[in-house]
Amino acid sequence: MAYLIEGETGTWEIVIGLEVHAQVISNAKLFSGAATTFGAEPNSQVSFVDAGFPGMLPVINAVCVSQAVRTGLGLKAKINLTSVFARKNYFYADLPQGYQISQYDKPIVGEGELILDLADGSTRTVGIERLHLEQDAGKSIHDMHPTKSFIDLNRSGVALMEIVSKPDLRSPEEAGLYLTKLRSILRYLGTCDGNMQEGSMRCDANVSVRPVGSTELRTRCEIKNVNSIRFVQQAIEYEARRHVEVYESGGEIRQETRLFDSGRVETRSMRSKEHAHDYRYFPDPDLLPLVIEQAFVDEIKAGLPELPDEKKARFMAEYGLNAYDAGVLVAEKISAEFFETVAKGRDPKLACNWVMGDFFAALNASGKTIEEPPVTAANLGAMIDLITDGTLSGRLAKDVFALMVETGKAPGVLVEERGLKQVTDTGAIEAAIDAVIAANPDKVQQVRDGKTTLLGWFVGQVMKATQGKANPALVNELLAKKVQG
Amino acid sequence: MSELTHLTLAQARDRLVKGETSAVELTRAHIAQVEAKRHLNAFITETPERALAEAEASDARRRQGTAGAMEGLPIGIKDLFCTEGVRTTAASKILDGFVPPYESTVSGNLKTAGAISLGKLNLDEFAMGSSNKTSAFGPAINPWTRRSDPAAKLVPGGSSGGSAAAVAARMVLGATGTDTGGSIRQPAAFCGITGIKPTYGRCSRYGIVAFASSLDQAGPMARTVRDCAIMLGAMAGFDPKDSTSVNLKVPDFEAALTGDIRGLKVGIPREYRPDGLSAEISEVWEKGIAWLKEAGAEPVEINLPHTKYALPTYYIVAPAEASSNLARYDGLRFGQRVPGKSLDEMYAKSRAAGFGPEVRRRILIGTYVLSAGYYDAYYAKAQKVRRLIAEDFRKAFETVDVILTPTAPSPAFGLDENTDDPVTMWLNDVFTIPTSLAGLPGLSLPAGLSSDGLPLGLQLIGRPFDEETVFKVAGVMESAAGFDVSPEGV
Repeated sequence: MAYLIEGETGTWEIVIGLEVHAQVISNAKLFSGAATTFGAEPNSQVSFVDAGFPGMLPVINAVCVSQAVRTGLGLKAKINLTSVFARKNYFYADLPQGYQISQYDKPIVGEGELILDLADGSTRTVGIERLHLEQDAGKSIHDMHPTKSFIDLNRSGVALMEIVSKPDLRSPEEAGLYLTKLRSILRYLGTCDGNMQEGSMRCDANVSVRPVGSTELRTRCEIKNVNSIRFVQQAIEYEARRHVEVYESGGEIRQETRLFDSGRVETRSMRSKEHAHDYRYFPDPDLLPLVIEQAFVDEIKAGLPELPDEKKARFMAEYGLNAYDAGVLVAEKISAEFFETVAKGRDPKLACNWVMGDFFAALNASGKTIEEPPVTAANLGAMIDLITDGTLSGRLAKDVFALMVETGKAPGVLVEERGLKQVTDTGAIEAAIDAVIAANPDKVQQVRDGKTTLLGWFVGQVMKATQGKANPALVNELLAKKVQG
Repeated sequence: MSELTHLTLAQARDRLVKGETSAVELTRAHIAQVEAKRHLNAFITETPERALAEAEASDARRRQGTAGAMEGLPIGIKDLFCTEGVRTTAASKILDGFVPPYESTVSGNLKTAGAISLGKLNLDEFAMGSSNKTSAFGPAINPWTRRSDPAAKLVPGGSSGGSAAAVAARMVLGATGTDTGGSIRQPAAFCGITGIKPTYGRCSRYGIVAFASSLDQAGPMARTVRDCAIMLGAMAGFDPKDSTSVNLKVPDFEAALTGDIRGLKVGIPREYRPDGLSAEISEVWEKGIAWLKEAGAEPVEINLPHTKYALPTYYIVAPAEASSNLARYDGLRFGQRVPGKSLDEMYAKSRAAGFGPEVRRRILIGTYVLSAGYYDAYYAKAQKVRRLIAEDFRKAFETVDVILTPTAPSPAFGLDENTDDPVTMWLNDVFTIPTSLAGLPGLSLPAGLSSDGLPLGLQLIGRPFDEETVFKVAGVMESAAGFDVSPEGV
């Protein structure tokens, strides 16, 4: 279902392109040996190169190059064997060199694609325009002194991958799905931790609108540095409506950079005209063109892990899961691994239902992460074994699962301790049924008169009488015989 | 003046080896000369105590048998090289008070080889200039004077003017220079000494205050070809800290001085004989050709057709890179800061107060040529022309082994001359700039005196990383020239 804005003059659609800055996982910075650990003491991870001292020179960190190639391959993108670092020149207090080393017209990674997993289980392919490597700037802190700004250069020089999508996204939801999927791929690859709160993944959204049916690209506005997926969606929604209002009131949209205010849920202009930047890009003369061998790319390619899309396809083929379930399970590598541990040698659909249902519910309720799950995959698997061998009914299993969450104990132990074993002894069940029939002759009569829906009530009474331990299938079968005669 | 200051670097080395003198003795003699010649303003920072301490340590090393290639030899370091614990100014006010916590690779290599630094030598501000007049510390003065007017002060050339003056005035046995468009070769020619800009990538740029990164190259300045060969051997080498340094073994340059150049082909470029070239320069060039012929080499007329575009190309590329390289001098982390009401105001005030007019001019030119809308017309086109200039040389070197040209279009000029128009000043580098753009090695050696008694230099240009041939030919020319005159009073 397309996301459209109903205006006064007609219906509008949104055109969105996203630029994601993903911090490369590496021990050292892009062009210096300084460390990159998050949260270190301010200015404790700064080399003379990062601080822009006289005569200091950048030297490319090979790990960052290989991470960029790895990411490019994960996005099924063209890897450019020759790429060029360029200087983006501007003055700011947290940019010690007075320029950022980035890539301009010759990025390391060219066009690729990313597949969105839509809520209805279908997919949509979004184009990737490019990925390039660049340095991060430092951090300016303006609220620690009435007249001074404080500068932390720990982040200065840290490697970022700027991943630019084509303007293929059409709704805030799709933008969210894009970011979720991209983050998932980056985490699978181990090239970025995707942590938006810590700023290791940041997003700029380019937004424009156009009348439905039109193919033009109207003037876009760039909303900078939005730090959560929800905010990105809110920002796009607000910005698109603003564009529609401006156009419908006869105005023009000015190309500009805007800031998202998450408190007021609105965007506002960030740079005035007198600060319009001319970045004066030119190839960095301190660095030779970056030339990599095809063999280097091939080696990285050979070492790529199974990525979400392939894993999803395999889950559907191998385990018979539907697209939605498979999509949810593979979103995080660790949840996919959890599922596979549970499903191994068992009924995969049963495993899927338990993981997607009670397990995820318990995970959410516990506030824990899947790295420390409320129930281990081994225990959940063992519990499913108890269902399969008839020890536990589905109903009992729910109780056992709750106890597993509560106590952390293995299901076998809990079944023993609490006597939760399912009753499959027909004699005991028959006795319980007879007692219920004897106590409710009027209801028996009603069933016999054709009100068969009452049978469910009888099942409930028998289960109650057996503390839920009776095998539900047996209860049904026997009840049908006895009540209906 | 001590007899010790009249030794060449090689002679002093040999005496040290034989135990006929000591590093301390040599150092003392040169420190005395530094003091005697202070009016030349060759040094920005003198470090005599440090030098003497180093000399003592050097003598100790020699006694222990661990002497390096430059062991105990007093030299000077152009104040563009960062020196750990010693103030480094780039002859600019903007670096006021800057004491680097690190050592440039080249000065570090010299130290490791045992050289004794007497201090930091004057230069044009950020190496931008051909006269030394743009130094914030006042110009260095050429020890040479005109016969016709001995009182008139002459420039030592630039930007490595302090280095050239110090070597010519016997204050040091050798000095480091840097050359972006002629900054080693032109002052060497003006001061009657020898200097070589090696192939781009031969010496590390790490720790050298950057002017134009794709052109900057360190090199030695000394009194003889052999001295330069010895010193370059100690300075050069691959450095993983400079991505543009080249991973090649450093040859034994001194061993290249065989004196045998029979059969070598020497290119004589027609384009270096522009209308209006002074007769004296023409003559000394002819003399040079004759010496080479006599020694068995074969002069060959060659064409370097894009030569005329070199100067404008250089004055786009170099300022463009400089405008970006100098952005870091913002008054925030080191050097001079002038407070302002806003960040922008602080930048503007600090940079206006810190940079001299020539540096400002080049930052403005560089900013302009990189601007949106002008990039293609200037910078991109200049890069294309630069490739054509390099291609000219590549083709020429298919037929010749080395190229001989004048170093500069005139001898040293007066301190108060060439001041009206920056372009006149820039024309000083017309013969040296093409080599820089092509990244080739270029050596200047003194070939004679002008009618007014001033040194004139000739330039030898070699194939990439073939400094050996350049040194070999230079050695032969040096013997033929027999340039053994010293400036008045030295």
